[in-house]
Amino acid sequence: MPATYEPIATTTLGSAASSISFSSISSAYTDLRVVLVCQTASNANIAFRLNSDTGTNYSYTLLYGTGTSAASFRDTSITRGYIIAADNAATFPNWNLCTMDIFSYAGSTNKTILTNGSNDKNGSGTVEAAVNLWRNASAINSVTLLAWNGVNFNTDTTATLYGIKAA
Amino acid sequence: MANTYTLIASNTLSSSAASVTFSAIPNTYTDLVLRVSSRNNDTGTSEGFLTQFNSDTSTNYSWRALLVGGGAPGSQGYSNQADIENRQAGNGATSNTFSSMEIYIPSYTASQNKPVSSYYVIEKNVTDAYIGVEAGLWRNTAAISSIKLFNNGSIVFASGSSFFLYGIKNS
Repeated sequence: MPATYEPIATTTLGSAASSISFSSISSAYTDLRVVLVCQTASNANIAFRLNSDTGTNYSYTLLYGTGTSAASFRDTSITRGYIIAADNAATFPNWNLCTMDIFSYAGSTNKTILTNGSNDKNGSGTVEAAVNLWRNASAINSVTLLAWNGVNFNTDTTATLYGIKAA
Repeated sequence: MANTYTLIASNTLSSSAASVTFSAIPNTYTDLVLRVSSRNNDTGTSEGFLTQFNSDTSTNYSWRALLVGGGAPGSQGYSNQADIENRQAGNGATSNTFSSMEIYIPSYTASQNKPVSSYYVIEKNVTDAYIGVEAGLWRNTAAISSIKLFNNGSIVFASGSSFFLYGIKNS
């Protein structure tokens, strides 16, 4: 059986940083998966950009639950995709677990990305699932994870990029 | 480059069982993934599926769920629990129908509290089907060396339920 789920690159921050990037991504896979385990120094949305595109080519629809209520939200024609709303780690030292599944990333159609965010804090927190669209037909060769709102990822935040082959 | 999605252990039940435990989990991976097809003999159509780590039965677990059942979405959350609870098909579900679930446990050997995410689907051709997404937390910094999957009270997993534990390496 061919190897079909392979680590491409991993980063563990030795110091706080506002972003983590994976570049020069090979086109040899079918799909990509990113697993991010992160903390932030204050409340921040965790976002992403593809191929360093800062244009208003992203949109998403989000479904989230707080433990007492569920709601949906969407945003269109924005400059980054959405992963999770991370809370200030100083108030509760938990780790946000985030995943991104990027389908047919080397194809010549617009790109669909599913994101999931888990942030339980023993009495509060959120669980989130979103579908993102990047309106660009280029093959994806870089993924950048961003702590938005001028916030940094904390030290020891870890991100790993995996490649998945269909055959 | 190494294939990194490796089967550690599996258990497909040939008869009903109250619990399934994966023990002596090696610390050589980065993340763990559990993939489950299960059903239990509880009376309802969507019933509890419980998880504990390292035989910890104290109230060190919490979770919040996002549930969609064909109508408006809902959310539940519980703190200071003795386990993380997901949902699975119960005996009231359509016969011969098992629910599907994936539980993802990153950084299971790291000396930090353990976040857990899970997805499950219970489609039964009745009105209260579920898509569930959960965020769980185990407030313990020990490396995870065992995982117990079980049911409430005297409830048991049905024969044919299957449980697969995979290890993922990031290098």
